[in-house]
Amino acid sequence: MKYLHNIGRYFLMIAEMFRKPTKWSVMRSLILKDIDDLIISSLGIIAFISFFVGGVVTIQTALNIDNPLIPKYLVGFATRQSVLLEFAPTFTSIIMAGKVGSFITSSIGTMRVTEQIDALEVMGINSLNYLIFPKAIALMLYPFAIAIGMFLGILGGMAASVFGGYSTLTDYISGIQYEFDTFHVTYAFIKTFVFAFILATVPSFYGYYMKGGALEVGKASTTAFVWTSVVIILLNYIITGMLLG
Amino acid sequence: MIEVNNLHKSFGDTKILKGISTSFDKGKTNLIIGQSGSGKTVFLKCLLGLFTYEEGSISYDGKIFSELSEDQKRDLRAEIGMVFQGSALFDSMTIAENVMFPLQMFTKMSKSEMEDRADIVLKRVNLPDAHNKMPSEASGGMQKRVAIARAIVNNPKYLFCDEPNSGLDPKTAIVIDNLIQEITDEYQIVTVINSHDMNSVMEIGEKIVFLRNGLKAWEGSKANIFKTDNESVTDFVYSSNLFKKVRQMYIEENE
Ligand SMILES: Nc1ncnc2c1ncn2[C@@H]1O[C@H](COP(=O)(O)OP(=O)(O)OP(=O)(O)O)[C@@H](O)[C@H]1O
Ligand SMILES: [Mg+2]
Repeated sequence: MKYLHNIGRYFLMIAEMFRKPTKWSVMRSLILKDIDDLIISSLGIIAFISFFVGGVVTIQTALNIDNPLIPKYLVGFATRQSVLLEFAPTFTSIIMAGKVGSFITSSIGTMRVTEQIDALEVMGINSLNYLIFPKAIALMLYPFAIAIGMFLGILGGMAASVFGGYSTLTDYISGIQYEFDTFHVTYAFIKTFVFAFILATVPSFYGYYMKGGALEVGKASTTAFVWTSVVIILLNYIITGMLLG
Repeated sequence: MIEVNNLHKSFGDTKILKGISTSFDKGKTNLIIGQSGSGKTVFLKCLLGLFTYEEGSISYDGKIFSELSEDQKRDLRAEIGMVFQGSALFDSMTIAENVMFPLQMFTKMSKSEMEDRADIVLKRVNLPDAHNKMPSEASGGMQKRVAIARAIVNNPKYLFCDEPNSGLDPKTAIVIDNLIQEITDEYQIVTVINSHDMNSVMEIGEKIVFLRNGLKAWEGSKANIFKTDNESVTDFVYSSNLFKKVRQMYIEENE
């Protein structure tokens, strides 16, 4: 019952977010600030994780192939598929649910407990539009960050296989080109856009509607992380079923 | 004019306001007084529509607040200035940016016009050179004064202050009280102030509403708060020795 109530409230929040928009000159600077806070500052961790996870995927695949009948290029092929389809879009988004999500929940939650949201409302400002809309727009750049992650993941795989001696550079490169389906890229980016919207709005929801004091801000961040991850995993399942199934 | 009629508000099973009716005229400083926990903040937040209430009505110059559409409410609120008990400054902005914020949102002023206006109000609250500090670097009393500056910067028609001078030294407190009274008179604002400071009551209490146990226990002006025999008021007003003496002297003088 409580879940249904929250889901309803979430969609009402989304609808309200688009009403009575904030002046463009103000909104523009809010968006730029959120791009900085949410995207630019995440690039380092996305690059780091992607590179090393790509490397690990390659090593695991190579170690599990001991049948000489399996072609050598399979290592590159398997790395490309897993990085492109799951690791870059989904796995990274779960980590971002922790990083970006807890930042959003705690900053909006703090504004709630210190009455800053009330102050916005009392001035006649649509606080949902003022606070959440710029985050949703800023996160529309998230797919670019994920594209970088994909590239670095495959590069990490290459480094691991060549330097670890698991595969030659030529085999790896022919592997990552093997049976390339552009729809897989489309699928990955459709997912990423959906996840970006979830990353912006679900943590905002938990911050905006929280009650209590500083302690509850911490609790709200944890709850937001759990639910953002759950929603991302479920949507991943649904989108994959619809687009590839 | 703001009119409040039979306002009831509870949280869960706890009744906080049990039917309050009163009205606030423009150009006058209206004070809500009462003990800590008596519901002053809740009352103010009901007026502003930040809390929903079970019963009663609130009207702003004849417009019943609960009957306005969301957009009409926002238009009305653009004419409201509010000083929160905890100041509620935006902590991602400097003090000057906080003060300019309402101008940026609701006027077409240029950057330099906004800066001039911010200068004027910051001087008026006695903060001539704190512009570039962040709220977290300001003392509690400075934050209060910034909050007042932000509330009055866009010449509001209605001004609400939740304990505007708690946490200020007596001298600054009087300056702030007088400032609020001056602008109330000058711009004919409807001003409602929550307070439990007897000094403010005696300085600027043109109309005083005394809340107790969720009810309006007394209503009057600073001129007759000394004369009243209402026990709950005298209990509250003369809880300090200073005011006991003042009353003594007042009574002796008038005998
Ligand atoms: N959001 C809330 N949820 C539940 N109870 C609340 C809430 N806000 C206030 N109360 C309760 O309402 C009562 C009145 O609180 P209020 O803040 O209005 O007091 P006050 O008169 O402003 O006191 P003070 O002078 O200390 O600021 C208190 O008992 C408080 O616990
Ligand atoms: Mg209070």
